Amino acid sequence: MADLSDREGAGLLRFFRGLPGGHLGLLALLAALLLLFAVLVPGFLSQGTLNSFMYQLPLLGLLSLAMVVPLLTGGLNLAIIATMNQCALLMVWIMRTFIAPDASSAAVIGVIAIALVAGLLLCIAIGVVTGALVAYTGVHPILVTLGTKSLIDGISIYLTRGMALSGVPEPLSATLNASVLGVPLIFLLLVGAAIALGIVLKHTPFGIACAMIGSNIEATRYSAIDTRRVLVGVYTLSSVTCFLAALVILGTFNSASADYAQSYLLVTILAAVLGGVDPFGGFGTVSGLMIALAILQVISSGLNQFGLSTYLTVAIWGGTLIAVVVAQTLWAVLAPRWRRK
Amino acid sequence: MPERASSAFARWRRRPELWLLLVILIVGTIFSVTARGFLTLPNIIDLLETYSVQAIIAMGLFVVLVSGGIDISFAATASVAQYCAALLAARAGLPAPVVIVAGLTVGAALGCLNAALIHYLRITSIIATISMMSITFSLLMYFSGGRSIYDLPDWWTTRVTFYRTELESGDIVRITLPIVVMAAVALITWVLMTRASVGRQIYAMGGNPEAARRVGAKIGLLTFFAYGYLGVLAALGGMLQAHRVGESVPNAMVNTELAVLSAAVLGGASLNGGAGTVPGVLLGIVLLAILQNGLNLLGVSSYFFQIVIGITILVSTSITVISSRRGRRHRILGEEPANG
Amino acid sequence: MKDETPFLRLRSVSKRFGGVQALKDIDWEVRPGEVHCLVGENGCGKSTLIKTVAGVHPPTTGDIEIEGRSVLPLDPAKAKALGIQVIFQDLSLFPNLTVAENIAIEDSLGPALKPISRRHMRDVARKVLKRLDFEIDLDALVADLPVAERQITAIARGLAAEARLIFMDEPTASLTRAEVDRLLAIVARLQADGIAVVFVSHRLDEVVEIAERVTVVRDGSKVGTWPVAEVDQRRIANLMTGLDIETGVVARDMSGAEPLLEVDRLSRRGEFADVSFTLRKGEVLGIVGLLGSGRTELALTLFGMNRSEGGQIRLEGRELDLRSNRDAVNAGIAYVSEDRLSLGVVLPQSIEDNIVLAVMKRLTTGFGLIPTARRKELAAEWVRRLAVKIPGLDRPVQTLSGGNQQRVVLAKWLATHPKVLILDSPTVGVDIKNKQGIYEVVAELAREGVGVILISDEVMEAFATCDRVLQMRAGRIVGEVVPGTISEHEMEERIYA
Repeated sequence: MADLSDREGAGLLRFFRGLPGGHLGLLALLAALLLLFAVLVPGFLSQGTLNSFMYQLPLLGLLSLAMVVPLLTGGLNLAIIATMNQCALLMVWIMRTFIAPDASSAAVIGVIAIALVAGLLLCIAIGVVTGALVAYTGVHPILVTLGTKSLIDGISIYLTRGMALSGVPEPLSATLNASVLGVPLIFLLLVGAAIALGIVLKHTPFGIACAMIGSNIEATRYSAIDTRRVLVGVYTLSSVTCFLAALVILGTFNSASADYAQSYLLVTILAAVLGGVDPFGGFGTVSGLMIALAILQVISSGLNQFGLSTYLTVAIWGGTLIAVVVAQTLWAVLAPRWRRK
Repeated sequence: MPERASSAFARWRRRPELWLLLVILIVGTIFSVTARGFLTLPNIIDLLETYSVQAIIAMGLFVVLVSGGIDISFAATASVAQYCAALLAARAGLPAPVVIVAGLTVGAALGCLNAALIHYLRITSIIATISMMSITFSLLMYFSGGRSIYDLPDWWTTRVTFYRTELESGDIVRITLPIVVMAAVALITWVLMTRASVGRQIYAMGGNPEAARRVGAKIGLLTFFAYGYLGVLAALGGMLQAHRVGESVPNAMVNTELAVLSAAVLGGASLNGGAGTVPGVLLGIVLLAILQNGLNLLGVSSYFFQIVIGITILVSTSITVISSRRGRRHRILGEEPANG
Repeated sequence: MKDETPFLRLRSVSKRFGGVQALKDIDWEVRPGEVHCLVGENGCGKSTLIKTVAGVHPPTTGDIEIEGRSVLPLDPAKAKALGIQVIFQDLSLFPNLTVAENIAIEDSLGPALKPISRRHMRDVARKVLKRLDFEIDLDALVADLPVAERQITAIARGLAAEARLIFMDEPTASLTRAEVDRLLAIVARLQADGIAVVFVSHRLDEVVEIAERVTVVRDGSKVGTWPVAEVDQRRIANLMTGLDIETGVVARDMSGAEPLLEVDRLSRRGEFADVSFTLRKGEVLGIVGLLGSGRTELALTLFGMNRSEGGQIRLEGRELDLRSNRDAVNAGIAYVSEDRLSLGVVLPQSIEDNIVLAVMKRLTTGFGLIPTARRKELAAEWVRRLAVKIPGLDRPVQTLSGGNQQRVVLAKWLATHPKVLILDSPTVGVDIKNKQGIYEVVAELAREGVGVILISDEVMEAFATCDRVLQMRAGRIVGEVVPGTISEHEMEERIYA
């Protein structure tokens, strides 16, 4: 093991993750899993599995996107789920409070529009404040977002006394549960968000600055990049993605609560790292993340149909991550040796 | 030597412990005036016992933080160790010493597994421990089916009182096992970190890992020590928790991660490593404890507490970082210019 | 003396880092109790050589012997147990520990439960500092010390332990002449006690008086070892660079040119005071001074990284109010940092992204997007113009040699079309060929009318490239010299005085 602890190992590991085509291993893993479950679980490759896949993925997918942007800059946003839940609660509260039972459909749609705008504004506000705290105080993002998470969750729980709020009006819930050509709208929402985020991260000054900050924030600052503004943007973007996740919550649960999806927080980090996002920052692609999410979802669907508990699913998710990182580390150390021989 | 004295004062002013103590005194004064029953011996002793488990685990987390790492998996470790020990005690009927050693061994093993992932495989500590947490906790829930163990043997659940006295008011004050263990753990951790070689090396490693390697510190062993120590303390905390409530509930410790981490950070432990003291971490726990207890006594909804924790973390960490950033300008000019 | 076993002997030691051959077949020996100089340019491999002997990097091939016995495999603890102490160039101190804890770090090592005595640590530290005749607050955190005191702390740590051989890697970089003299007196005493000392330096003059032999390293290979008496400065310089450098002076009289950057009584509390000078169009102005003389702090203020606290900066007659380095870049000022690895380039990221970093806004089309083609085009153009040798635009900068990395930094800044280019020690860790290349780029820029400020601690470099040289000490400009009017040696005397 002495060689692994040599410093070159870590550098190479990071270097290899940055290579295009680094997803090949993940795609192979995905294919192998599909094959495995197809053989083991009769009826695995069916329309039903695909449907449940498309309905279950968006929530975790959007939350993972919200986590990837800060991760790329070497940070972390532990408040994504708190943000999403508070946004959903606010929207449901507005719709519940201001839609009279006998309101006209125009009035209902008007209130829904107001609720959506209010939810979006809330997310933007949370993002700007979080980003400003990270950028201007220099406190580690883990601590800042731990604080904001606690604060946001606290406010949500305090105001709702821990109860769920239900009452998403029919037009909105019908829209959120609609399908286009057999593809659920919320899945299209995820795809759209992923493509948009992918373009922003790869092809805008903001996205390039994010990766640069993740690798070396000081050198980036010395290159006349306003790193503070970029960081505020990063956490705002992360929060706005939580707004989309809040929509998925409304569609899926028809209600909002302060403790929906809390167990997803750490899973989003697992998904990101599995998808090749460097936890030190600087490297990561949306496409890699999407493949990783597909892998996690296939494992979950497969085990589910196999009749195994969801607890085992989470354990296997964690195991998959460690196995993939081990494989990458060994590959980074061994590949150059084979090549030399 | 006025300059020497002022620099010593400046050093003190930068210590988070001092500020924390100040805040605690202020908050404590406010509560003792406004909340009846706050500043009474029974209430304080009760608080001590309630927070003893968190304090014990926080001591272990503090060591990991000083070494420059972080561990999210300690609550899962505590649950797994507690449940394993409970199984051995209730189902296998093994005697106390065997059960306790087995529980601590499970904790140490899980801690060392974290250390192995971090040291040999170079996985960032937060990712490694999140993964380990997912795995161990999920497996625990899977195999236990979420069922609690209620029939713990008497030696485990019987309250151990070291000192007992009755106050004039008729209240009974007991110094119980969790409090004594907490005090012992704090003392041992303090001695290890300030008076023993291993502690100084962990501080050095947290401050500059490459330099620590160059002067000949064994980074691998230190990593194993830090995470293993936290594992042992998490297991100890887990077993004490079962002792207090009289049963072993698989998910009883879940969601204490962030509270313990908050306490350690409040007390001056830095996520960048190399900083923090045992008294500081204890003061962090004290602050969180009196905030929760005081608000409770004041009749403020317990839901409000989380908001207070959030604000406390944000304010205290910001102040610490900003105040330590000030005055870092290195003097180059020999003499201070006459007019600024 | 001839048949005496050397204390340390290296047999064809080589070291590779990934694709880079850092050391090639080094055979070398250090005798007991001798003072030996190991010289070479920055980045020639001498620091790697020391780290190999200190057990920090295991050699790829070859053998290391102490008193005739092979000691491989070597780790830092074993190297120290064998009596090898190193004062590292980056000091390798612990910023979160006190001066006493740093100096007496040996007290903290050893078995896990070994008790620690603060009093003993302070005693050890006090004794060493007394031997060195320095006074530093033993309870101060190293993070709070100025550079020179940190350097002394590092030296004290090296001397505190029992040693048979002490390596000092550039120990004098931030010390004044008087402090260096005190250090040399200690070295003489160590030698009398039979302890060997190896000085590592890219300069020779300061230690030449007490050294017995000198070894020259170039591009990872040993050039040779000579008794000090047989070589002089000039010959050493030639051996180090592999070139017969004639230090021709290129100074031109630029006083007739248009003023470009006028700095008037610029001050920043605690860093520098009353700095005034005028840089003219097409002029190359040198600023020389020791590490910690305020030269870099001055540059950072001119680049807008730190606010000035008095005085004025005028560019082409217009007063500048620099709130950030973005203001400086927009005004036409660029700055190549002295710390290339952590402030110059973003090492793990691609060459093209590093080059376009400062001009990304200019490359965007509608919707704020940057087409990949534009990025590549701009980066490729600068790679060609500066003759950067690269394996591919999308490869990480860390795969390049120091010289080519520095060219990437230059490309980044030249892409902003600066009027004033500040180069802070631009040739540190750059091999001789790339060094010459960078000087050529500087000369070319000056011909195009760019004003260049070259900050350096190498008088030879400043004299060979600048039209005028300002001397900086303790935060002030203390002199101005036209190269050629005084000798390099006289200038060095002034700087280290």
